[in-house]
Amino acid sequence: MQIKPYLDRIDAVNKKLNAIIYLPGFVGLEGSRPTKPGKVITIKDNICVKDEPTTCGSKILEGFKPPYDATVIKKLKEAGFVLMGKSNMDEFAFGSSCETSCYGPTRNPWDLERIPGGSSGGSAASVAAGIVPMALGSDTGGSIRQPASLCGIVGMKPTYGRVSRYGLIAFASSLDQIGPLTRNVSDSAMLLNVISGHDEMDSTSLDLPVPDFTKSLVNDVKKIKIGIPKEYFPEGGMDKEVKKAITKSKDTLIALGAEPVEISLPHTEYAVSCYYIIAPAEASSNLARFDGDQYGLRKHAKNMVDMHMNTRTAGFGSEAKRRILLGTYSLSSGYYEAYYLKAMKARTKIKHDFSDAFKLCDVILTPTTPTPAFKIGEKIDDPLSMYLSDIFTIPANLAGIPGISIPCGFTEAGLPIGLQLLAKPFDEEALIRVAYTFEQNTDFHKRKPNI
Amino acid sequence: MPNKKTIDEKTVKHVARLSRINLSKEEVSLYQRQLADILGYINKLNELDTKDTLPTSHPLGNLKNVFRKDTVKKSLSAEDVLKNAPARKDDFFKVPKIIE
Repeated sequence: MQIKPYLDRIDAVNKKLNAIIYLPGFVGLEGSRPTKPGKVITIKDNICVKDEPTTCGSKILEGFKPPYDATVIKKLKEAGFVLMGKSNMDEFAFGSSCETSCYGPTRNPWDLERIPGGSSGGSAASVAAGIVPMALGSDTGGSIRQPASLCGIVGMKPTYGRVSRYGLIAFASSLDQIGPLTRNVSDSAMLLNVISGHDEMDSTSLDLPVPDFTKSLVNDVKKIKIGIPKEYFPEGGMDKEVKKAITKSKDTLIALGAEPVEISLPHTEYAVSCYYIIAPAEASSNLARFDGDQYGLRKHAKNMVDMHMNTRTAGFGSEAKRRILLGTYSLSSGYYEAYYLKAMKARTKIKHDFSDAFKLCDVILTPTTPTPAFKIGEKIDDPLSMYLSDIFTIPANLAGIPGISIPCGFTEAGLPIGLQLLAKPFDEEALIRVAYTFEQNTDFHKRKPNI
Repeated sequence: MPNKKTIDEKTVKHVARLSRINLSKEEVSLYQRQLADILGYINKLNELDTKDTLPTSHPLGNLKNVFRKDTVKKSLSAEDVLKNAPARKDDFFKVPKIIE
């Protein structure tokens, strides 16, 4: 097995997609370097790879090459993976469309006029287009599951803390989690085995034993209770074809022996508001470190404050600035209690919704997104409508629970539709089992884009 | 919670200064409009009664203080750390004057 076929595929399709923004330093050695079949992966550009460009799709990290590997990268290298480049993303993972990268938008392999989802859009597009069998992404409000859904692949957000975030450039530290994007559920379980586990370099990583997730690749959902939350099937505001595909998927699982349970997650309608206080607040604090002192871009000035101002003004794109302003506002004197504290309390209510629901069911079934992939440019000038497109994925991050998106249908126009499954904390095994059973009994994951 | 009208251009300029970002006149007006929109939507949280609700700052609430043994371990060399420095002098990051 050689690397060359992978590089040939990049040559053939990446110009159209803009999914990969840097190729690794080994290019040129491709003829001689063997690799194990399937162990080839793209890495979202917010994960540090030693001595390779790592920019979060932002001008402010221009020229930055981390002096160390993220823990997930160390684990991949030890397991014999070949890193096939850094994948494009919304700047600092701020976005649902992969349009805010300073390297330009990534395109959806199923329809080049449409967005691949975001923020891990380059990771999702590189897998869907057959460049690589798998990719790493990060998920703060849906940034793995939403692009997986819109690109017709499998995307898993593990439980908060399951995977070490040492070396992941922080967006919102109480929400961020690294996870796999793959073509099928088996690869997702295999990759999760490689990257999971406690890490003394990340004090928020779970000090719990990691099960062998591939043991949950069981084609059987008999007696598994599947919760259907009525709040995720609103009248209006949801694409008809998506609703139809999700309902059909539910029936497929019931026919395979799963037991449906009607549940309610009553605070779902507050999740987007809650998230758009907490995530920008944490982001404004995390992004304070980008000031031109120690790495990345520096725009000179005579004194330090002006240098910081010039650097940040030139280095951040417009969505990054919007989120920094929003976060700084909600944390600033006089507004903290009204916004940030209020949001943290709303978060408690959303978390309790899930703990109550999981007393009645093993997994929760929902659409991953309210619509299939939208057109490039469609929402870029309307930030609020962009934010609302994450309405079904955000609650899992607020509650810290694991979630997976799997292919479950196509629109008449041929755009993929994703099914989201959620489980209680630490129970990725339930997700893998239900997702695998669905996959083994359907054909959606076999269809490939014509690119 | 303040209503949407309270985020005026003056507040946007103040927050931009706190964030160490310069905004053009057009940007101030654009962000004022967009932030007012977003905050208007977010004000929905006011409907929620949170009198008796405790805040959640960590999703799983299972964190304890994490200590490690106080032993010397290998860390990055000064050369590795300074490799990305926009400017350096000897083993230090060099920055413009802080005090005039």
